[in-house]
Amino acid sequence: MNKEIKILIIVVFFTLVTYWGVEPYAHSQMHKHVEDNNFAYKDLPALKAKGDPAKGKELVMGAGACTGCHGIKAAGMPAPMDASTAAASYGVNPPDLSNVGGLLDERFLAALIKNPAHALKVEHKFSDKRPHPMTAFYGAGGDMDQEIADMVAYLKSIASKEIKPKEAYEMACGRCHAMRYDKWTQMGETPKFKYKKDELAYQVKVLDYQDHLKAYMGKLPPDLSIMIRARNEHFLKTFVENPQSQLPGTAMPRVGLTAEGYEKVVKHLEEVGDPSKPARDALGWKVILWAIGFTILAYLWKQKLWSKLH
Amino acid sequence: MAHFEKAKNLHDWLNQRLAVDTLRRVLATEYWIPKNINFLWAMGMILATTFGILLISGIFLLMYYKPDTKLAFDSVNYTIMSEVGYGWLWRHIHGVAASVVFLIIYIHMFTGIYYGSYKKGREMIWISGMLLFVTFSAEAFSGYMLPWGQMSYWAGMVITNLFSMGSLELNGLVEWIRGDYVPGDAFLSRFFMLHVLLMPLIIIGLIVFHFGTLRIPHVNNQDGEEIDFDVESKKYLAGDTKNAKVIRFQWDFLSKDFFVLGIFLTFFFYLVFYHFEFAMDPVNFDPANGLKTPPHIYPEWYFLWSYEILRPFSKDIGLMAFGFAQVIFMLLPFLDRSPNVAPANRRGLFAVWFWVLLIDMIVLSVMGKVPPMGIFNTIGLYAALTFLGLWVLLPIITLLEKKK
Amino acid sequence: MAVEKERRDFLGMALGGFTALGGIAALGAAKRTWDPLPSVKAAGFTTVDLTEMKENQLVVEKWRGKPIFILKHSKDMKSDPRDVVVGDDKYFVAIGLCTHLGCIPAYVPDVHEFHCACHGGQFDANGKVLKSPPPSPLVIPPFKIDGTKLVLGEEGPEFKEMKAKKLIA
Repeated sequence: MNKEIKILIIVVFFTLVTYWGVEPYAHSQMHKHVEDNNFAYKDLPALKAKGDPAKGKELVMGAGACTGCHGIKAAGMPAPMDASTAAASYGVNPPDLSNVGGLLDERFLAALIKNPAHALKVEHKFSDKRPHPMTAFYGAGGDMDQEIADMVAYLKSIASKEIKPKEAYEMACGRCHAMRYDKWTQMGETPKFKYKKDELAYQVKVLDYQDHLKAYMGKLPPDLSIMIRARNEHFLKTFVENPQSQLPGTAMPRVGLTAEGYEKVVKHLEEVGDPSKPARDALGWKVILWAIGFTILAYLWKQKLWSKLH
Repeated sequence: MAHFEKAKNLHDWLNQRLAVDTLRRVLATEYWIPKNINFLWAMGMILATTFGILLISGIFLLMYYKPDTKLAFDSVNYTIMSEVGYGWLWRHIHGVAASVVFLIIYIHMFTGIYYGSYKKGREMIWISGMLLFVTFSAEAFSGYMLPWGQMSYWAGMVITNLFSMGSLELNGLVEWIRGDYVPGDAFLSRFFMLHVLLMPLIIIGLIVFHFGTLRIPHVNNQDGEEIDFDVESKKYLAGDTKNAKVIRFQWDFLSKDFFVLGIFLTFFFYLVFYHFEFAMDPVNFDPANGLKTPPHIYPEWYFLWSYEILRPFSKDIGLMAFGFAQVIFMLLPFLDRSPNVAPANRRGLFAVWFWVLLIDMIVLSVMGKVPPMGIFNTIGLYAALTFLGLWVLLPIITLLEKKK
Repeated sequence: MAVEKERRDFLGMALGGFTALGGIAALGAAKRTWDPLPSVKAAGFTTVDLTEMKENQLVVEKWRGKPIFILKHSKDMKSDPRDVVVGDDKYFVAIGLCTHLGCIPAYVPDVHEFHCACHGGQFDANGKVLKSPPPSPLVIPPFKIDGTKLVLGEEGPEFKEMKAKKLIA
């Protein structure tokens, strides 16, 4: 028995060494380490004033000109254009603002209103010669920082208290990233059609949108259906927090999610890309328990048989 | 017409027609296995079981998989993983088993090398085993193509490119193998055929043959002792089971096999449910894109040592070294010039040769995975040269070995 | 010796039984793998808009892979307890497969009859058998009336009533 334990230790040792070298070690050599900032947005300044939601509403509907491009369902304001026309005009459909206050960091929102390309970290793509489709806010005559704080406060006040993971995905990702496994295209939920002709006509509209998006972004943002299994946790988190940290030069903007907002998006990615995880976790220990039971019974049987043989 | 009598019972009926009792004696209850063995002797049964697991999980995957470049990826990652009842379970089992089977194959192979179970009558066991290694490798490679992810595509591209034979530039051959200029529909469906029909048939045939080559020489033992199976089996059958040097395959040997199998299954299912990324690489969860090579491509872990032998040398030398590496293990019984059948630790320099080979193959595997730069290139080169050198030295080392 | 042999066999049988348990669980999972997929089951409902239908003109819809006959009654067609009544209109709704061997009978509007080409079977405009070999009337599929729409696949109260009166097949 002693000899067998020794042999087992040797086999396990070489197996673990091989595993370590080929998995954790090799992967650490392939990808340089990127710091996880946990959505701290250290490069963005804190809000300089306490915001008044009522004043903020006036600005958002008025001098801020937000509703010129953005719908706000929570305030009964429909989007000024349909998705296709918006994509043709701006390259992408501007998001509805109902939930941005509940998903995005307030410093990000403030910085975004003041200087979109800077907050989004796409200054390498946009300049005076090629301005970002979202115009910066130049103030409504008063203290600009106060006005921005007011607008941010308003957006936070209208956000739903219970934003679902799918809604978080729609707001933060869904206008650029399709999810075919969830029947989601950049234009929204794919409706059911009775006639093939209508189905094909819709597909053509989606392709048109994607062409505009491709021209705007440089290439079509990937479908995220199975992205939760195509990248590890650390990569996804650091990438969403700051795309430039993992893919320097990428056209993907920083989306400004809070840590909680990001968790909701991840939950949706898991629901669509790894829906069997709960079942896997629930069944796994039962099967392992069976295997242990099998091992014990096999051992007892073997002992009985071999007592005659030793 | 041979003479048949009215059967006394079902057992007798079967015996008259199929000689079931004789079969049972020859293949099971009086198939004698040496008693002086350890748990490494169970690897064969574990391999047979894992192959069975692959076959069965494969059957369920086959019900829903679509071998078409436009449909393959989603048939696996959407239909099978989220729509099919327990589809995720068969996929996880199949992927993890395909990787773990090679761990067991290498343990089984190195056990054979360590104890000298490839010579003095056992050459065919070794050769049929190495042929199984080659067919399992082809089966694994063809299987990896099927999900049609980025790794599937680019591994397919790179490995089929090898057939251009370096400076010979046999591009026509490469295109013929693919059935197209690049890996595409034709490539996918023919590898589907190989994976689902041809390779499994060949493997099953080779397994039967492998068992056949074992029957007459019998399984080896920890001391390499030549056992007189007639004498020892008579002792056992007379009742002296404690002193007999042999045990029955069924159920003495098998009962120990089952115990080792249980430990294996516990570990295996832990991997299937909770730790499977090593077998289901994230890169293959990106759909195949012929216009974008991933920043890092690498074969599955069990091919790394052989892939690394290709890398450090110039194109033609590398291909020759690679070809050498595929074939050289097959020649082990003939390169080992010593008649001693004994564990390596009693064979002088052969023990050194064994451990250096094992460590060298692990180093090659790790180097095959890390990016080819700086010190990794140097280590890889020396490890490849060591591998080649070891095989050149083997005949010399074993010729110098003292007879047992 | 006999007692020991018994104990060894008991352990061996215990192991065998425990393994069999695992095997049965695996068979259960395998059975579930054969089940129709959720997307297949979801496609089990078809909605038909009845508003544009013309009298005495057969409309064939698809439901669960089967053809469904929907025939709007003209004034001269007689009523039948199997009629699907929507407002002032009556409809004949049935699975368009001959109850003999499953061919699709053709509708002959002039005589308000269904004639099956395969073996000569005939049904009236309410699906009742006029000429053998079909052994039974055309089958009524589960349906629900939703305003002016017909939802095939769902059992509405009218369908349940017909079922209770044994009129559906």
